[in-house]
Amino acid sequence: MSEKPSAETRRRRARWPELLLLVPFLAVLWVPSYNSVEPQLAGIPFFYWYQLLWIVISAGLTLLAYLTGE
Amino acid sequence: MNGTIVGVFVVLFGCVTILGFVAARWRPGDLDLLHEWGLGGRRFGTIVTWFLLGGDLYTAYTFIAVPALVFGAGAVGFFAVPYTIIVYPFIFMVFPRFWSVAHRRGYITAADFVRGRYGSRPLAVAVAITGLVATMPYIALQLVGLQVVIGAMGIGGQGLAGDLPLVIAFLILAAFTYTSGLRAPAAIAVVKDLLIYATIIAVIIVIPAELGGYGKIFAAVAPAKLILAPPTAASLGAYGGYATLALGSALALFLYPHAMTGVLSANSRHVIRRNAAMLPAYSFVLGLLALMGYMALAAGVKQNPAYADGFSHYGNNFAVPALLMASFPDWFTGVAFAAIGIGALVPAAVMSIACANLFTRNIYKEMIRPDCSDAEESRMAKIVSLVVKAGALVFIILLPLQYAIQLQLLGGIWIIQTLPAVIFGLYTRWFEPRALLAGWAAGIASGSWMAGTLAFKASVFPLSLFGYTLPGYAALYSLIVNIVVAAGLSLIFNAAGGERRDETAAADYR
Repeated sequence: MSEKPSAETRRRRARWPELLLLVPFLAVLWVPSYNSVEPQLAGIPFFYWYQLLWIVISAGLTLLAYLTGE
Repeated sequence: MNGTIVGVFVVLFGCVTILGFVAARWRPGDLDLLHEWGLGGRRFGTIVTWFLLGGDLYTAYTFIAVPALVFGAGAVGFFAVPYTIIVYPFIFMVFPRFWSVAHRRGYITAADFVRGRYGSRPLAVAVAITGLVATMPYIALQLVGLQVVIGAMGIGGQGLAGDLPLVIAFLILAAFTYTSGLRAPAAIAVVKDLLIYATIIAVIIVIPAELGGYGKIFAAVAPAKLILAPPTAASLGAYGGYATLALGSALALFLYPHAMTGVLSANSRHVIRRNAAMLPAYSFVLGLLALMGYMALAAGVKQNPAYADGFSHYGNNFAVPALLMASFPDWFTGVAFAAIGIGALVPAAVMSIACANLFTRNIYKEMIRPDCSDAEESRMAKIVSLVVKAGALVFIILLPLQYAIQLQLLGGIWIIQTLPAVIFGLYTRWFEPRALLAGWAAGIASGSWMAGTLAFKASVFPLSLFGYTLPGYAALYSLIVNIVVAAGLSLIFNAAGGERRDETAAADYR
């Protein structure tokens, strides 16, 4: 039994996409970055469409982490 | 009473009832074993898990209460969206480890894991009781969703007769949960979601067209409620509450027993990872549903005398049913109401099963009948699932609704206190069980105290630091107290040395 995974196995399992999963936390928890009415999109204030957009981005990042993981 | 709406509702409800009973024969297993009855034999693949967790987490109460909050309070109510954004990356990173260790060691609850990881009975019992107490008011709140649509249809009369439809719905729920276990809500969730998706697609297309576009809808909202109140020189204002409610709720969600049950019934850890990428589809629906609060404002349902009675009975929770009735033909309103009503059955079933698993495995077998047989364990769980639901029904009929809401609010503060033992435990055995128990107690006490200072009406505590007010979710603040206590005491206990029990091995988590 080896103590640690070798450098080779580590390289094979990319870890950086999992770090990307921290980005949604920063994006939606930093409230002042999106607490505004403008710019509107089809009559929807920024506050709302921006957060709805992050649902999609976050799901995409999770999918990326899934595809590149295990 | 409207015949068409009631007719469509009753027919759909009837179909689902039959489905609930037939589900016992789906991927058959020996229902006298607890993991077969209570976890569906751990056999659910990606799609079934998606429907089950979607039905389990995005409950009827959510569909009524989130738009109601937006309807009444505006932008603050939208915190459900960032909450459901950050919950999935968290699940993706953490819960495959939980699934693996539970699968390898045969755990069916979080308390089972804690018992095995720390070898501490008091800590496991504390985790089990916290789960039970936090979930029971949640079951009661599912009835509220059902009650509101039943009320909107105008079936039943005054007094106890008015509760008869609710009682019937719950008897049906109790019966199919008893016979089919977790297979029933998993099967029903599929139907419920098709109805929900049909409803929401109709809502986002038809209602804005009727009201003259999204611009008109948002114009009906008071400017002060459209976005959050910015910070002042003395306080962080609504920012603190919004962000901490989102983060705290996300951390707490998967500590709830019904969410754990959904995770553990998956047939592999990959199912959980895939679902973390797929479940946001429901979050998107939730975001659109939240906007229904504004649509209800723009449609002026509260000023409509036809709905005055409903609003006086159910408050802002009536906003969504009123909007649906005002915007759609009767048959479609029936479909939408059925979606909400059936949407109450799925989580209520999973929650009562999760409570039954917890009680039977971690309290009954642990403390009362350690040598009970597998069949007896499964039978006990079925009975407990009935008792839990009966309790919820009595609670909602006899006591003011406010009590259930306040208890559910407290439940969120309590359940998050199991985070250090469960989540940290997935990564390290450094924390000492006695220290975790002390941290848990400190968290429960401080969180309850904070909620108490707000008269149990709100959960955003105005923490004062150096003359500046930092409003934040009491669950998150009390979790910090919990972690500080648990870490501090672990340092001391670990320095003192002593026996360290742990039946799990590092390989179990992969």
